[in-house]
Amino acid sequence: MIDPVVVDLSRIQFAATAMYHFLFIPLTLGVALLLAIMESVYVMTGRPIWRKATLFWGILFGINFAMGVATGIVMEFQFGMNWSYYSQYVGDVFGAPLAIEGLMAFFLEATFIGLFFFGWDRLRPVAHLAVTWLMALGANFSALWILIANGWMQNPVGAKFNPDTMRMEVTNFIEVIFNPVAQAKFVHTVSAGYVVGSVFVLGISALFLLQGRHAELAKRSIVVAASFGLASALSVVVLGDESGYVATEHQKMKIAAMEAMYETEPAPAALTLFAIPGADGRPTFQVQLPWVLGIITTRSFDRDLPGITELTEHAALRIANGIKAYIALNAIRADTHDTAARAAFDATQADLGYALLLKKYRPDVENATGEQIATAALDTVPDVWPLFWSFRLMVGVGLFYIAFFALWFVKSSLHQIDRHRWLLRLALWTMPLPWIAAEAGWIIAEYGRQPWVVEGVLPTYYAASSLNFWDLVISLGFFMTVYSVLIVIMVWLMTRVIKAGPPDKLGLGLPADAPGLTTEIAA
Amino acid sequence: MTTIPLDYETLRLIWWALLGILLIGFAIMGGMDLGVGTLLPFVAKTDEERRVLINLVGPTWEGNQVWLVLGGGAIFAAWPALYAVSFSGFYIAMIAILLALILRPVGFKFRGKVHDARWQSVWDWGLFVGGFVPALVFGVAVGNVFLGAPFRLDDTMRASYEGNFFGLLTPFALLAGLVSVAMLVTQGASYIAARTDGVIAARARSYGRIAAISTIVLFALGGVICLFLLNGYSVTSIQDHAGPSNPLTKTVIAAQGAWRTNYGVYPWMTIAPILGVLGSVLAYFALTTRWKLAAFLGSSLAIFGIIATAGLTLFPFLLPSSVDPAVSLTAWDASSSQLTLFIMLIATVIFLPIVLIYTSWVYRVMRGPVSTASLGRNPNAY
Repeated sequence: MIDPVVVDLSRIQFAATAMYHFLFIPLTLGVALLLAIMESVYVMTGRPIWRKATLFWGILFGINFAMGVATGIVMEFQFGMNWSYYSQYVGDVFGAPLAIEGLMAFFLEATFIGLFFFGWDRLRPVAHLAVTWLMALGANFSALWILIANGWMQNPVGAKFNPDTMRMEVTNFIEVIFNPVAQAKFVHTVSAGYVVGSVFVLGISALFLLQGRHAELAKRSIVVAASFGLASALSVVVLGDESGYVATEHQKMKIAAMEAMYETEPAPAALTLFAIPGADGRPTFQVQLPWVLGIITTRSFDRDLPGITELTEHAALRIANGIKAYIALNAIRADTHDTAARAAFDATQADLGYALLLKKYRPDVENATGEQIATAALDTVPDVWPLFWSFRLMVGVGLFYIAFFALWFVKSSLHQIDRHRWLLRLALWTMPLPWIAAEAGWIIAEYGRQPWVVEGVLPTYYAASSLNFWDLVISLGFFMTVYSVLIVIMVWLMTRVIKAGPPDKLGLGLPADAPGLTTEIAA
Repeated sequence: MTTIPLDYETLRLIWWALLGILLIGFAIMGGMDLGVGTLLPFVAKTDEERRVLINLVGPTWEGNQVWLVLGGGAIFAAWPALYAVSFSGFYIAMIAILLALILRPVGFKFRGKVHDARWQSVWDWGLFVGGFVPALVFGVAVGNVFLGAPFRLDDTMRASYEGNFFGLLTPFALLAGLVSVAMLVTQGASYIAARTDGVIAARARSYGRIAAISTIVLFALGGVICLFLLNGYSVTSIQDHAGPSNPLTKTVIAAQGAWRTNYGVYPWMTIAPILGVLGSVLAYFALTTRWKLAAFLGSSLAIFGIIATAGLTLFPFLLPSSVDPAVSLTAWDASSSQLTLFIMLIATVIFLPIVLIYTSWVYRVMRGPVSTASLGRNPNAY
């Protein structure tokens, strides 16, 4: 029997460890490319200041990367540990991109990061530059395969349920790889990572300028971060729109919930800028931009955008159809040669997942009452208001960074980087914003997919391991403690590195016994 | 459906072998780092000596650990039922491994950032735990595979478990854990002995020799217990080697001595335990005579032989169930679909050689002895 408390604790643990892991990943993605760009400039111009910049940002990158590695392995193991029915049910599809990520991407990144740090005095500059680019490439490939896996959870293409093995199996791997949701998510997510990296480099450089130290390194870093950041911020928002378009095709409920849109809007739908929830959870007061949402999401003037009420009615029909699939599946399992049952199953199997929504209410799904079907249909509506506000927060931050980087781009083109102290302070104090936006983005993607762990295929409730309450108490307590301690240490160490600034003596190739080489920061 | 050029039975056998190769790859490469971590407080006494060891594995340990990440991913992709049942069934043991694996990256990176003896000592012990605990727990887990895990599968393939973490700590499982520790310490010691000089190398050689002898003794003891005293498992119904992956359609019995069955049917399999012992003997004598390369090869050979012995003895079992042997997971009924196995094989055939090429290149670039003098040259040293 499934224990709902264990399911909830497992969800909390996965959400907490995933959100924590994603504090480090976007920074790795962004700074890896910035390092590659800075080192390219060094190799092309031969000016030591660029090597110094690469080395300095590399130290902060290394601390961040270690945290990413430490928390990443937890993510991979948790699917089996806490979501064992999920692993059994979709491992045939979902496992492959994870394994290929290790084989093609993480191996590349992790093998070359060692040489990035230790290869400076063993490799010619061009060879070291190649190492840095391969490391950055590995990080980006890694994101690609992880998002192919995640994209499949949002839009499970290229797979089919096999009644003989009781699980989803791959039918077309090309469809899994070129899943439009996965591709849109990939570009959107790595661009967001580049924004995070640019904001980080720009913010700390601004701090140096405010303190009047390391001005040369800071200004050069800002030039790179401002231009890279502007391109990335544009890409995040424009390609975020791409993922909005893709989501309407596949996850209409998520769009409706993000917009708190209960009733179907006549085409073209209005975009809600702001709303106040009433006592029943529905919006009472809203400020809307006519036409905008319909155009963004359907790219047309004449297609309706279905509201939550309509989608819920649709879900009830799919549950009823899913019950037929469930009954046929039981018949197949009783007699594997029952061809009539197999035909019935093939006709209805697309809705099998909807029948599993009823497992929360009774084990014998086939006997569900009309009332239970209605309740289960209501379960397909995610929590509207957290999604509504997360979405507005994310988009607001995205738009802010287009303006922010455009301004910095102009200022750095005019050589006015340190003219306005308010601008430097703004860069410093808004540093946390892109992380908040990135986490909000994942809340929309994952919380917005509930009650599904795989959209339309497998309910989250049904996917957890049969662990007991104390297992979860131990693991959750463990993660909270260790992760809290580690983040405090990490921020403290980064602050020390930043306070110490780029070390003066990065003169590679000095005699081995030269004093002061193993300075605190470099050691 | 596209036609798949390899039949299902062959693909399952290939992936059974690849699972072994990935685990051996992890034990040789990542296990070497775990062994160095376990030896850290003993082989290296001063801060300088410890920095030598940390910088010995520093440039390459991240890449080595990917063998584990890949092993996890490959089990997920090729043997999803095994991944689902074992990772959740050994839940608290997995948490212990995760603790250790979290301590390693941060230990490497954080230790050298602050010059304070207490700070460094904390991370030295963190790195010790990060090496010793996974080495032990992985072995204990393998020991429990021989004993069978207390899991059941219902007719929807949902796993449930009886027993708890302490139930895993039986004498035989702990013995298997010690075999794993001894074998990986031998590997770590051989690597230290090959790439350092002076007192560090000397201490590594003496610990390595003790570990090599212990590996032989513990492995032989475990072998005798496993073959003659334990309840082994054997499939008593005809299994369709190309049938759908469904572990609920066979019958299995548990009987003393059943783990001997394979050696009766395929006597050539005896070569695996012989290699395990011969490799350890070679490592012992090479460490004594300071023949660096031979020590490392001998120890790697021992790892290969010991892990192959485990796999061959268990075959076709991947994870027997001690409470309901009929639902045991085997190579014939716990794999992915034929298409997934084939796609994963293509990916492996393309990318694994590339990985091996660039990994060898990185080791070539980083070759040469590591000493206290060589540390000073690199501002990125840990």
